[in-house]
Order: sequence, then structure tokens, then C-alpha cells
Amino acid sequence: MNAMSNPFFTRSGWLYLAILAAILLVVFPLALDPFRLNLVGKYLTYAFVALGLVLCWGHGGILSLGQGVFFGLGGYCMAMFLKLEASSPENTAIQSTPGIPDFMDWNQVTALPWWWEPFRSLPFALFAVIAVPVIFAFIIGFAMFTRRVGGVYFAIITQAVAAILTILIIGQQGYTGGVNGITDLRTLLGWDIRTNDAKTILYFVCAGLLIASLLLSQAVHVSKFGRLLIAIRDKEDRVRFSGYNVAAFKIFVFCFAAALAAIGGAMFTLQVGFMSPSFVGIVPSIEMVIFAAVGGRLSLFGAIYGTLLVNYAKTSFSESFPELWLFAMGGLFIAVVMAFPDGIAGLYNRYLAPHIARLLGTMRKRDAEGHSLANPAE
Amino acid sequence: MNAVSPQKDFLLSVEGLTVSFDGFKAVNDLSFYIDENEIRVIIGPNGAGKTTVLDLICGRTKATSGSIRFRDTELTSLKEHQIVHQGVGRKFQNPSIYEELTVFENLELSFPRGRNVFGALAFRRDAEVRDRVEEIAGMVFLHNQLHTPAAILSHGQKQWLEIGMLLIQDPTLLMLDEPVAGMSVGERLKTAELLHTIIKDRSVIVIEHDMKFVEDIAHRVTVMHQGKVLSDGSMTHVQNDPKVVEVYLGH
Ligand SMILES: Nc1ncnc2c1ncn2[C@@H]1O[C@H](COP(=O)(O)OP(=O)(O)OP(=O)(O)O)[C@@H](O)[C@H]1O
Ligand SMILES: [Mg+2]
Repeated sequence: MNAMSNPFFTRSGWLYLAILAAILLVVFPLALDPFRLNLVGKYLTYAFVALGLVLCWGHGGILSLGQGVFFGLGGYCMAMFLKLEASSPENTAIQSTPGIPDFMDWNQVTALPWWWEPFRSLPFALFAVIAVPVIFAFIIGFAMFTRRVGGVYFAIITQAVAAILTILIIGQQGYTGGVNGITDLRTLLGWDIRTNDAKTILYFVCAGLLIASLLLSQAVHVSKFGRLLIAIRDKEDRVRFSGYNVAAFKIFVFCFAAALAAIGGAMFTLQVGFMSPSFVGIVPSIEMVIFAAVGGRLSLFGAIYGTLLVNYAKTSFSESFPELWLFAMGGLFIAVVMAFPDGIAGLYNRYLAPHIARLLGTMRKRDAEGHSLANPAE
Repeated sequence: MNAVSPQKDFLLSVEGLTVSFDGFKAVNDLSFYIDENEIRVIIGPNGAGKTTVLDLICGRTKATSGSIRFRDTELTSLKEHQIVHQGVGRKFQNPSIYEELTVFENLELSFPRGRNVFGALAFRRDAEVRDRVEEIAGMVFLHNQLHTPAAILSHGQKQWLEIGMLLIQDPTLLMLDEPVAGMSVGERLKTAELLHTIIKDRSVIVIEHDMKFVEDIAHRVTVMHQGKVLSDGSMTHVQNDPKVVEVYLGH
């Protein structure tokens, strides 16, 4: 009967959550110096994107190679607020037009564009962090999914969107900061975000939001919506001819993934202190898919560990062989796709989970029967 | 209603239905009518256009011209899921089920509640759902397989599961495309028995090649050939129709 009540987490699921929370909230803060902790905090911002990709791509079968767009839009919305706060007339007295962001002044812009104006308000900026990317995702999703564009075609279109947005941001440098992005961010409502203390606090905010996002994603996953996603990936027509408007479900999950990516982007801006087009384009978008793939595209926990691992490898590797990193990354992706399509989580479920389950004394027959296919997050 | 109109209260009226794929008319000026509670079997040689007719009714293929009226609703202008909401259920020729989900989950997803995004997010697996899923699983001989992943069912069981997924929606018009294809003799007999129980209080269109099976269940038979109705009437009538013998039953 237990199998029928569809728990939020299985018993081992709660254990995994406790382990993850302990690693993020206790082990890392104790073991790492503020600089390294900040670096991990930056990695974690990508994990938000990977969580969204698990639902959207892993479960729903919708591969987006443009998640950097939403990460970037969220990050830019945050950066616009911080930049305006850093550009007070006193701070910018030496400019020919004081009170506007420095890059505008350098580009002979003499007044703040009207669409920058609302970003003086923190509540508006926080709202925009989610709303702008979600509205954008809705437009793309609506245009594509109601026309039944899917699979490779959808992936290519998301790539194109990422490329176009990058070009647009770089081209409009008077309004966006161009290729350098929005830099030299200083304070949040007067609180200096550049100090070690602030960075440590922001790390905890980021880790806390990530765990909250994981729980929210799990709530979607265990709902009927989550099973419908798998059904849509499996037999889209059967879902449609069972009375569901498949496009609406795809649009929702795409917007959900965009919202998560946007939170990640905003946390990136806060922790790293700038946002630039290099986090919007094709390469970062593909990297984000690789994080999810390495962790296991079916597993929410896997996505977080995968992101941490790949980024750790990237940092260590590219310190010594920067020019080789892209090849290593490509090789890693091919290896994962060919040999371990379910990533680290798949390997874990296959080799370790049975032993852990025995240790826990919770031999769940359901898993042994292969149910982990549909509920891999557990 | 219009006094000149010949139609009485049919459940489904298909009139002048035509679909052309790059000039090839897979269904050509086809008209037929289905009564309430009628079991209609459509037979015909391969490529006659039988599956295409079901595709047109359920909205999978858009008609080039003609009309499909279901009670008072014109179906040709509705989206697929709206046609389902009108009470039309369709089984595909190859079993179309969610292989990675269990039998229970397959049936649950077909239960007609929480069909929009937020409804699906808020959906609760309550006693009503459970009872109905168990009831249907019993009807389609899968009550012992409720927690089996659908992927490992036999071919016949998959066919039954898909029939169950339609039954749980309680459609007014049920359309089955070759429901016994690929089944063993034993499974065929059970399926015939199943069809006899599920046809109460609804109309059914069945496409089938197995003549013994057709004889067993049909009220009326429509023979299709090259996108048109070749013959129409009782089983004995069409079996003795020389045109039918020539193109279909003869070989
Ligand atoms: N989407 C399509 N595009 C082009 N041609 C199609 C399409 N769908 C069906 N056809 C053609 O229409 C004709 C009728 O096909 P249909 O599947 O309806 O036949 P059928 O009577 O169901 O045959 P069978 O008994 O083999 O299932 C065939 O020649 C088929 O190739
Ligand atoms: Mg057919």
C-alpha cells in the first residue's frame, strides 16, 4: 500500500536530502576559506539551471540548448538594480552625466533609458528577475510548442535565441554594458556585497534557495504533472488523445526551468559581482546541459552533484591546461552520453543504491523491480 | 432542426469527408452515420483508408473537406484534446502506452480529472481514483499487474491496457484500431468478451481484419476500399456482396 501513496520522498530520498543539506550548509562552509566558498557558491548558481533541465529535458524530453538566456536575463535584472545603486551621483561625479551607469557615460548616453528606470526599486528588480525570463520563455514556448516544434529543431532554435541575445547585448553596449557586461557592482541597499562576510552570507542564501528549488522541483516531479512529463516524452500522442493539451504542459515546464535558471543567474550576479554576455551564449548554455547530463539527467540530486563536479574539474583543469578544457568537456559529454546515459545518478542507482538500501533495512521491492526508471530522483 | 435534412439523431455523422495527401485521396467523399449504442466494424484491404478515418475523427489529421458532427458539435474545427473532452476515445493500431510508468500510473493519467496544468499539479490520488483504476484494471485482466512497469507486459496485455486507458475516460464513442492484432487465440477470446462488456451504453467503431471476431461483435459492417464505402450493412449482407468478395473477402 505504501507504493500507492506516492510519498514526497522515499526514506532514502530524505536521507539524500539530509546529506546534501549537510554538505552545502555545514561541510563546505567549515572546510573552505571564503574565496573557495564563494567559488562553490558560483558553481551552485549553475545547479539551478541543471535542476530545471532535469524536469524539462530529462523527464519531459525537451532539450533546450539555450538555458543561458534565462540565466543571463535573471542575472542582468539583478545587475541593473545593483548598477543603479552603485551609480549614485556622488559615486559618478566625475562623469559627464553623473548618476547614470559608467558604461552609458562612456558611450555618450546622456540620460537613463526609460526601461532602466524601474530597476531603481529592489522589489521590482526581484520581480523582474523571475518575470522577464519567464515571459520570454513563455513566448518561445508558445510559438514553438503550439506549432509542434520539438526535438532537434527546438534545440537548434534555442541555440539561435542564445546567439541572437548575445549579439544584441554586445551590440547595444550603451544600454547593456556590451561585451564587458555590467561590472563594478558594490552594494545591495547599502550593504557592501564585496566583503568576505557578505560573500559568506550570500553563499548561504544561494545554498538555501537551491535546496528550496530542489524541493519545489521534487514537488512537481511527484505530482501527476511529473508523471505526465514522462508520459509526454514517451508517447506524446497518447497524452494528447487522453484529453491533455500537451503544448500547455511543455510551455509550463519550459517556463519553470527558465525561472530556476533565472534565480541562479541573479545569485551569480550577487556572488560574483558582475554579469556579462559570456554567460548567455551558446557555449555556456551547452555547458549547463553537460552539467545535468553528467549528474544524470533524470535525477534532481544528480544534477546538483554533476554541476559541482564538472565545475570543480573545470577550475582545476583549466588552471593548468586552459586550452584543453573545451576538448576535455566535449570528450566527457560524449563519454557520458555513450556509456552512462543516466550519468552519476544512474551509476549510483545501479551499483551503490542497492547496498545502501540494504544497510538502511529498507529493501523496497519497487526499486528492485526497476521502478527507479520513473522515479530516479529517489 | 432543418426539415430538409435527412439526418435523425445520429451520434456521429460523417459527410463528404475527404483528405488528400499531396493529391492522393486516402479518404474520398466518405459518408457514414453511427447510432447511439451501435457497434460498427470497418473492414477493408490494407491501405483502404480505415486508420485515416479514425485519424480524421479524433483530429490527428485535418480533413481537406467534409464534416464530422458528433451530436451537435462539429469536430473538424476542434483541437485533439477538445475532441476527447467531447467524449471521443481512440485506441491506436500499435499499442500506445507509457512504457516507463506502471499499469496503475498509466490508468491514473487517463482518469479524466486534473487535465490542465494546474489541475495536474494539484491532483490527489484519492480513493475515487484508486477505486476506479482498480475497477478498470480488473476489467482488462490486469488487476495483478497494477505495479508492473508497462514495458514488460505482453503484447496482448499492452493492448488491454490501452483499452483500459480509454475505458477509464468513459467515452461516448470508442474507436478501436485492430484491437486483437497480434494476439494469441486465448487473448482474442478474452478481448471479444471484454468488448461485449464495454459496449454497453456507448457506441464503438472497430477496425478489424479478423472475420470471426467481426462476426461475433458487429451490429453493422462498413467495407472501405480506396477511401470510399464499398458496401455497408449487416454482416451477411456485406459477405454476400459480390463487390466485397472481389476486393476483400475473396483472398
Ligand atoms: N500522413 C499521411 N501522409 C501520406 N499518406 C498517408 C498518410 N496517412 C495515410 N496515408 C496513406 O493513406 C492510405 C490509407 O492508409 P490507412 O492507414 O488509413 O489504411 P488502413 O485501411 O488503415 O490500412 P491497414 O489495414 O494496413 O491498417 C495508405 O496508402 C497510406 O499510405
Ligand atoms: Mg490501419
